[in-house]
Amino acid sequence: MAILRNDLVRLALFALVILTMPIWLAPIGAAYPDLMQKIAIYGIFAIGFNILFGMTGYLSFGHAAFLGVGSYAAVWSFKLLTMSVIPAVLFAVVVAGLFAAVIGFVSLRRSGIYFSILTLAFAQMSYNLAYSVLTPITNGETGLQLALGDPRILDRAFTDAGSGIPPPNLLGEELSGLSGFFFCAALLILCFYLAMRIDRSPFGMMLKAIKSNQTRMAYTGFNTRPYTLAAFIISGMYAGLAGGLLAATDPLAGAERMQWTASGEVVLMTILGGVGTLVGPVVGAGVIKYFENIFSAFHEAKLHEAFSFLPDGLENFFVTITAPFVGEGWHLTLGVVFMLIVIFLPGGLMEGVRKIRNAFTRKPASREETGRLAPAE
Amino acid sequence: MGRPPADGMRLLHFPARGGNIMDQFVLQLLNGLDKGAAYALIALGLTLVFGTLGVVNFAHGALFMIGAFCAVVFSRLLQLETVTVDPEKLTPWGSPMEIRTPLVQAWLGDFGAFLVEWSVPLSILFAIPVMLFVGIAMERGLIRFFYRRTHAEQILVTFGLAIVLQEIVKANFGANPIPVATPPALSGSADVGTWIGLGSIYYPWWRLIYLGFALVVVGLVISFLRFTTYGMVVRAGMEDRQTVGFLGIDIQRRFTVVFAIAAVVAGVAGVMYTPIVPPNYNIGMDFLVLSFVVVVVGGMGSVSGAVLAGFLLGILQSFAAMNEIKNIIPGIDQVIIYLVAVVVLLTMPRGLLGRKGVMER
Repeated sequence: MAILRNDLVRLALFALVILTMPIWLAPIGAAYPDLMQKIAIYGIFAIGFNILFGMTGYLSFGHAAFLGVGSYAAVWSFKLLTMSVIPAVLFAVVVAGLFAAVIGFVSLRRSGIYFSILTLAFAQMSYNLAYSVLTPITNGETGLQLALGDPRILDRAFTDAGSGIPPPNLLGEELSGLSGFFFCAALLILCFYLAMRIDRSPFGMMLKAIKSNQTRMAYTGFNTRPYTLAAFIISGMYAGLAGGLLAATDPLAGAERMQWTASGEVVLMTILGGVGTLVGPVVGAGVIKYFENIFSAFHEAKLHEAFSFLPDGLENFFVTITAPFVGEGWHLTLGVVFMLIVIFLPGGLMEGVRKIRNAFTRKPASREETGRLAPAE
Repeated sequence: MGRPPADGMRLLHFPARGGNIMDQFVLQLLNGLDKGAAYALIALGLTLVFGTLGVVNFAHGALFMIGAFCAVVFSRLLQLETVTVDPEKLTPWGSPMEIRTPLVQAWLGDFGAFLVEWSVPLSILFAIPVMLFVGIAMERGLIRFFYRRTHAEQILVTFGLAIVLQEIVKANFGANPIPVATPPALSGSADVGTWIGLGSIYYPWWRLIYLGFALVVVGLVISFLRFTTYGMVVRAGMEDRQTVGFLGIDIQRRFTVVFAIAAVVAGVAGVMYTPIVPPNYNIGMDFLVLSFVVVVVGGMGSVSGAVLAGFLLGILQSFAAMNEIKNIIPGIDQVIIYLVAVVVLLTMPRGLLGRKGVMER
């Protein structure tokens, strides 16, 4: 296990696991590009959220606003400039970063629950405005879509406008299906690497010190505000990147991406996986997206199939018991799993993994004691 | 694509048509008071639970929803029908006419019919024991294990609970809103204008009753806390839980009772709300976020602050929805509540009426 302490090895392992997703997700029926893209994108979103929440302890309840802004920015880049995803994604990151700088500057004047409410208020304002007054920019309820008449200045300069709307492309390669997934996966790995560097840097140390005792930090003469603001902006840029990728894989942006339930979702992902760990948020994002797509597609006939190895009576019994938890009711599963995790495994799935590992390697208990504060696994 | 913004505030809006500026003003004031009443009732429970147990309860909206569904269940129970066949009369299709009578009406005659008509207010009697039970079960079964956990964990576990409760209701009642009838005697509108000598301004009776009901409930809860010995002990516990414990009082038990009271308040608010907007499983969540903003603006743990902030934000909200104002600042009606929240939080460290030293940072 000692080899796992090496960051490069970890990064390589992470990259390997992510890139082989189409192989090892196949047996559990999740190896289709659409779902894997979502897992990668929300993984980025959750990693970014963890840089703020996991490292500084500031719980933002309005992070989806940056995701939404990123989406809008990317779609506008498609509409005005070019169908290439690179400017779209860059544009999304920059716009979300600027937006985060403004909101963070105001919200970070308070901490604790007040900070949560301030971010929530800003996100809800953006959401409500996107639905109403900002319709010229956001196209309101319909959502922002590509249209035939879009200028696309850069594309037009080189090629004629073809018939139909061209799909987003990466250096001429069309981004669809698996290529879209690999694009997202590459960015996810890059983001993971950046988060890891931040985590190991003096800056990351500073953020963790702010989490454990901000007052003491202030007493030692540090102005903590610039650090938290930087973390907030970085995390907003991650969210913007995720939003841009959502738009790149499906060029459509709607205001509902900014609603508070979407902000809640990323909190759930991070907590489910393990706050303050590097891999945890990605695991959480994967689990939630998997549940959302797979469980919601289950129905009674499929359940009968799944339990068909049992005798008839038992089969029917199990189907009746599990039926409310799948299909339409997958939210129920999510809620129950979620409660169980928060009650019994406050450190998320990663804490579960650590506990299991400790049970096998019989490490001294003290390691586990410090587990929740220890830097990421 | 998703539904339009479903903040609770929009649900309550009674549209003002035409009329001069004074009529508009009165109507919007009433609208605002009505919205404020709904916010205040939910925020009241939230802030009480926070002030006593120190728990941020995201399942509070679900309690409101359960209350609303108590009304649905009760009116369905009252409407269980017997079918009798009248051989004398024929339907247009030639088969004997079926006459459906609610069972209670068959058993109790006119009194039964009265029960059916007034099912909404009567379901309060049904909702109170149910909500007491739900509240105590929730507190003893889950919340008490979370006193010493962080606020984030409290929010998360109660959020999970809210999802579970919602899904259970959805599985049993479906996802569509279920209309519940207003008592016929109260389904019309009152001419509020003539009462105050302003010509005719009509406003639905039921909304006026909702307002009055909210004021009574708020008054009851505040006087319970202020004028009874039990309430005095609870307030002492809010100030300094440990010292009250040293005096040999089982403060924990009283706090559980306070939680149950908060659940009942949210529940009856939900019951009375059903004729205004047909409830569906999501109705609690729509209100929750706004109530949270209300609680924080009012001051965490402050009961009068929550009530004040509730009415204040409700009124501001409905005035911002006036066309005269919207023309000056477009979109203000969409953001006013959050804007006020931001300003209050940045200028007043503990909200409008928060106690000194509680949650100031």
